[in-house]
Amino acid sequence: MILLMGLASAGSLRAQIEKRDVNFEILGTVTMKKGDILWNLARRYYGDPLKWTLIKEKNKIPDERTIPIGIVIYIPTVEAKKIEKKVEEIIAEKKAFAPVTSVTASDTPSDDGKSVTITWELSPDDDKVSQYEILRSSTASGGFEPVGQVPAKTNQYVDERDLIRGNEYYYKVRATDKRGISADSQVFGPVKPVAQWFNEKYKFIGIAAIVFCGIIIYCIYHARRGQEFFVRRIAGIEAVDEAIGRATEMGRSILFLTGLSGIGSISTLAGLNILSRVARRAAEYDTPVLIPACDPFVMVVEREIVKGAHIDAGKLDTYKEDNIYFVSDDQFAYVAAVDGLMLRERPAAIFYMGYFFAESLILAETGNSTGAIQIAGTDSDTQLPFFIAACDYTLIGEELYAASAYLSREPLLLGSLKGQDWSKLVLIAAIVVGVILESFGIHWVSHFFSVP
Amino acid sequence: MADFIKKIANIDRRYIFILIALTVIIPLLFPIGMPVTETKEVMAVYDYIEKLPQGSAILVAMDYDPAALAEVYPMTLAVFHHAFSRKIKVVGMTLWNTGAALGELAMREAAGDIARVGEDYVYLGYVVGDVNVIMRMGEDISAVYPTDYGGKPLAESPMMKGIKNYKDIALIVDIAAGATPELWVAYAGDMFKKDIAVGCTAVSAVGYYPFLNTKQIIGLIGGMKGAAEYEKLVKSRGTATAGMDSQSIAHILIILLIIIANISYFVMRRKDKLLKKA
Amino acid sequence: MKLRVPLILCFLCGLLMIVQFFIPHPPFTNMYEKLLDWAIIISIFTIVIGLSSLIKLHYTRIARKTPERPYSVVVFVGMAVMATVGIINGVNGKEFEWLFKNVQVPMQATMFSLLAFFIASAAYRAFRARTLEATLMLVAAIVVMFARVPIGSFLWQHIMPDSVLQWRENLPEDVAGWIFNVPSMAARRAILLGVSLGAVATSLKIMLGIERSYTGSGE
Repeated sequence: MILLMGLASAGSLRAQIEKRDVNFEILGTVTMKKGDILWNLARRYYGDPLKWTLIKEKNKIPDERTIPIGIVIYIPTVEAKKIEKKVEEIIAEKKAFAPVTSVTASDTPSDDGKSVTITWELSPDDDKVSQYEILRSSTASGGFEPVGQVPAKTNQYVDERDLIRGNEYYYKVRATDKRGISADSQVFGPVKPVAQWFNEKYKFIGIAAIVFCGIIIYCIYHARRGQEFFVRRIAGIEAVDEAIGRATEMGRSILFLTGLSGIGSISTLAGLNILSRVARRAAEYDTPVLIPACDPFVMVVEREIVKGAHIDAGKLDTYKEDNIYFVSDDQFAYVAAVDGLMLRERPAAIFYMGYFFAESLILAETGNSTGAIQIAGTDSDTQLPFFIAACDYTLIGEELYAASAYLSREPLLLGSLKGQDWSKLVLIAAIVVGVILESFGIHWVSHFFSVP
Repeated sequence: MADFIKKIANIDRRYIFILIALTVIIPLLFPIGMPVTETKEVMAVYDYIEKLPQGSAILVAMDYDPAALAEVYPMTLAVFHHAFSRKIKVVGMTLWNTGAALGELAMREAAGDIARVGEDYVYLGYVVGDVNVIMRMGEDISAVYPTDYGGKPLAESPMMKGIKNYKDIALIVDIAAGATPELWVAYAGDMFKKDIAVGCTAVSAVGYYPFLNTKQIIGLIGGMKGAAEYEKLVKSRGTATAGMDSQSIAHILIILLIIIANISYFVMRRKDKLLKKA
Repeated sequence: MKLRVPLILCFLCGLLMIVQFFIPHPPFTNMYEKLLDWAIIISIFTIVIGLSSLIKLHYTRIARKTPERPYSVVVFVGMAVMATVGIINGVNGKEFEWLFKNVQVPMQATMFSLLAFFIASAAYRAFRARTLEATLMLVAAIVVMFARVPIGSFLWQHIMPDSVLQWRENLPEDVAGWIFNVPSMAARRAILLGVSLGAVATSLKIMLGIERSYTGSGE
């Protein structure tokens, strides 16, 4: 009888508690087991066991000593703010979602030993995730600090923050949703970032460099042994002598511009190579060469070249250092100065040999207005059309680099020119083969040539 | 008639200069209002920034000097206007020392009342080195620029607290008068895997189509027309839109001049042939 | 010996830069940036040489009372004013900014705008159908100039009948796009490939000492 009364009483208590209206924010839920008391729950969730009364009040528990086993107790937040959501929605939101799995961390290949690549399988609840945070520590047990974050649907991160070569690191990935609830993965480690001796990403560049340099050196070697090479006529290069002759006949100067790039630019070096030939011929005919420079470094080199040309021609006494001077490193200040020089000095021949920018047309048109013969050579593809329109002769792209070989007719230089041509043939063959293979869906060639 | 044709063929270039001056000045004073159609390469930049979540950050490199202002300044202002209106933070800098002051002017002008320095935008200015700067910013921006252009330590700017390097930047926009986009693509794009958008002068734009086709850049704003298109997309009428009328008429004039020159050339050539036969 | 040392240095430095490109391992890491830093420091010294050359040139013009001496005076006055204002008030100061904004910016923009005039005169003189290639160039130029401004599509859409517009709403833009993306890009890529090979060959010649003009020793 007493047992029946007890059972009936527990049943009605359960029903009473379960009728409660859960319209407050919760930290979580607890299914009551044997031995669970509100005092311990409060200590666990709030750190303060005295707050057990809050749990009792919100869950409408009439007697905290007789809470039925198996009943679900909702732990309210300390503020116990009232909300309008259904309890099922609250539970669904608060339920921790699945973390990422299969976290692996490995030394990033082909680097200087200062990066580690971390990959993982996306969380099954990736649609709820707002970001993945990557945490790192030097021990497996703790001290994890965030080193980076990536958005959802991303399963890779490269850690390059303050890594020390040879040190061991441990990683884990924390998935976080919009409400700030997170789930950590298993820890992976240790992983040691190590520097490699060869950058695998550039292997095709290395192979290409060896092939092309090999071809050029082979041709230079054969040129040294006396083999003669045929090179086609380039009108602009053949006109160089004509231009120098014209300036000599008219008793006027030659203007030589090596472009607006610095000494580090290969086109400036090519222009300087041509300058040495032009300066030598001009020195033989006592024709002054005016060289306004845009870069003081280049100016110093130009002075050495022209002086050397005069020495070679045996005319050191006609060398005038003041003909080669620094103007300005500012693009349009330089252009204004050179334009003024053209209009005042009215040179008979103007050479543009190097890398030019937007000022090319301004220079070339001003030169044209003075009646000078103009020969341009540049590898700047954006300025080539302007030079072609405004100059008498234009060396297009690599013809600028070939010019010094043409002018000197030195066997070694002509040999290198031939090597260039053969290299180009190899490249054309690779392009044709690659295009054909790509058309049939075979991507081997394009993959080989791509840099990852 | 023959003399007239000969005079036309060898017309003094100063008459051409006068005509060009008139075709540029008159539409500026009396606007025609030519409609501007957006191209897909400009729309790509606009759409990318439009889809960025509020609060994200973009880096705008203003790599130009005063010479290119007419073409690139309007697109700079349009991009800033777009970013500020979408509450996207902007980090400004430049690889060109001659453009250092221009960058600050542009950011201040675009910010107006809608953005505040330190909170919505920061201008870092110029530091020596091109490749060096791009690569080191990929690791730590404050290591390259410990202070902003005004000398304030970067750590004191609220918006820079969450921005350490390229990982915290959603998009890099390089507005350039020179060849710096190639550096940004090679280093920031290929090495750090950042998305790059390019704004440039019309002459340089043609050279960046290969990058666009291979998806090394996400979009391209080319020349004053590109700037006018972007102004239209962000619904502001700036100097680029105003300049479109002048550019249109000037292009038509040059086409007419070319046609006239060729007509006179063929007439003169025919006359010479007839004289030779005679 | 005088020639041999720079050639050996050039070869070793060139080889080192090639090797460091492929080896990410220390000490090759950051070698490129360190050498760039050294290059910047060296170039600063050459600025001193350039400045002295500039001052000498203009001083000589003033001293010899050449017709261009007023411009030389302007050079010195400009240098002095900008340097003084920059040193006293700083390069971020209002005065320096005013000078930059109201003097340098308009001057540079003016020089750049000369292109508008020169392109017209160059086009008038050069775009004549003398040969097949010149004809192709002038046709391409006309199409692109027409299509790349709003008036191109405006005129096309207002002049052409609806049947043509249904076939191609903006044919000039399509043709200009094709010219950019196909023949122009093909030519650019070809030039780029050739230039790259030329740069490799020139670099190799300089490294191997075959091309030694930069040393001033002539041929």
